[in-house]
Amino acid sequence: MGSATSELPTRRLPLTDRAETGLKIVVVGGFGVGKTTLVRSVSEIRPLNTEEVMTQAGVGIDETDPASRKNTTTVAFDFGRISLNDRMVLYLFGAPGQERFWFLWDRLFAGTLGAVVLVDTRRVDDCWYAIDRLEHHRTPFVVAVNRFEQDEDRYSLDEIRQALALPARVPMVECDARDRQSAKDVLITLVDHLYDMAMAQEATP
Amino acid sequence: MDTGDPDRLYTVTGGRHRAGEPLDLVTLLVSECEPTAGMQSEHARILELCRHPTAVVEVAAELRLPITVVRILLSDLLDAGRVTARHPRAAPSVAGLPDSQLLKEVLHGLRNI
Repeated sequence: MGSATSELPTRRLPLTDRAETGLKIVVVGGFGVGKTTLVRSVSEIRPLNTEEVMTQAGVGIDETDPASRKNTTTVAFDFGRISLNDRMVLYLFGAPGQERFWFLWDRLFAGTLGAVVLVDTRRVDDCWYAIDRLEHHRTPFVVAVNRFEQDEDRYSLDEIRQALALPARVPMVECDARDRQSAKDVLITLVDHLYDMAMAQEATP
Repeated sequence: MDTGDPDRLYTVTGGRHRAGEPLDLVTLLVSECEPTAGMQSEHARILELCRHPTAVVEVAAELRLPITVVRILLSDLLDAGRVTARHPRAAPSVAGLPDSQLLKEVLHGLRNI
């Protein structure tokens, strides 16, 4: 959780009655990398928290069967919201990158436009697994490097790209998750990337 | 928050389990009626929340209940015609890209916020 004071409304802010299309973008990253901070920076609501329960055995088990109820585990995530226009609303999810989370990916994030992998250069290894899983699920993503003030080493994007063995086609961007414009630019980088991919796909008969 | 307690979940959903296509996290729900006396409190709360379009995930956060439980509660209300659903336009296929026109609208919206 960031310490920045929020000016977001504390009361519920309803959508317009014309809102009809919900969209999703997921921000994935290790603990403390700034997922919630990034979501808060661009969200029109104070980020909300929710959770999903699952059995250890994963999806497909009857969770209300008393015999299987003992092995439940909980995955918590938070989210914010951006009204793009009066019909379209984008939900931005901050999701933990830990292993058990990925068992729930299809159930929670099928149909996601794309993902942002948020990287802390002091713990680059944390995002290996997230990148591997996103590729597995064939979810398009960009990598955003959250530059903390105390980021003394200042690895260049090229160095980080090499460390992550990231293909050239995956866009990388530096950001300050606390800054609204910077967080917005990360999302625009992702959607620009998706747009290019969609155009390329549509051009191929 | 003790919503992870299986016994509590069992009580709220009446022990039922729904098969079939689950509601998407960002499906928007809209109430078609007002809560009535004697209605299960979670159902009444959902009808109040959804006077304006509200996503499944927002309902879950406001009710402080897991997504799975909220999907079951919402299915009850949908079956009874008490709420209607506005499903996401983006195809829920795992690998499918949305069409460029939709993405263009998203970009335009993001640039204008």
